[in-house]
Amino acid sequence: MNLHEKRIPIIKIHDYLIVPIQVDMHDKLAIQLQSQILEEIAKTRAKGVLIDISVLEMVDSFIGRMLSGMASMAAIMDTSVVIVGMQPAVAITLVELGLEMPGVDTALNMEKGMEMLERRLNSRKTDSF
Amino acid sequence: MLEFTYKAHCDLLGKFKIDTEYDIVTVRQTIRQYAKDMGMGIVDQTRITTAVSELFRNMYNYAGGGEVLIERGEVENHHALIVTCTDQGPGIEDIELAMTDGYTSGQGMGYGLPGAKRLVDRFEIQSKLKEGTTVRMMKWK
Repeated sequence: MNLHEKRIPIIKIHDYLIVPIQVDMHDKLAIQLQSQILEEIAKTRAKGVLIDISVLEMVDSFIGRMLSGMASMAAIMDTSVVIVGMQPAVAITLVELGLEMPGVDTALNMEKGMEMLERRLNSRKTDSF
Repeated sequence: MLEFTYKAHCDLLGKFKIDTEYDIVTVRQTIRQYAKDMGMGIVDQTRITTAVSELFRNMYNYAGGGEVLIERGEVENHHALIVTCTDQGPGIEDIELAMTDGYTSGQGMGYGLPGAKRLVDRFEIQSKLKEGTTVRMMKWK
């Protein structure tokens, strides 16, 4: 297994980007993913991003910070980010660690995350009339 | 070197170096495996893995790396997984301050040491300016 060559796919479906994180990320990979997602948002004009962390066995302060930074940056680009599938043990550990992730929306799974984004998109459409 | 504040019989499980960001990932995975082998539950496995990840990153960022000793032993009637991190970095000037929630010397967000401490059962730290820092953490099974 070569850690140096890991890449995380970004999949576009309609207005959304889906990012399944399926590797234990080292710091550079996390930073790289952040800019990769932002570039993809600009390129595809995606309205929402779903980041699936259901296989991540650990989120430390660095990765947590990367995820919340990601959400703020995407918000500036008029895109919503939802983190989906956080394992219970990861949630417990994050809280004990003392890491707060302000402005980060979470959903139990991909389906619920998608519904969340759709609701948000629809309410925004109504607002603009 | 850190003085033991407890009497213990320890078995050495492994000795690793943290030289690169990739080492942070592989060594924390190794520690999770040891925790699993000892019979720790999933939450405790996650706690110790996250705690060591914070420490390894500190070592890597502030001291350019260091050494990790993983042991297993009996401490105060507990089966303990013991992780000792030693670096030859600049040392910590004010340990009390470094252990304060939210304190950061600039690069991090200040979760590293106090956060890691909350995730384990024992946390000891010693540091000497210009010589380095040693942190020992223990997690009960």
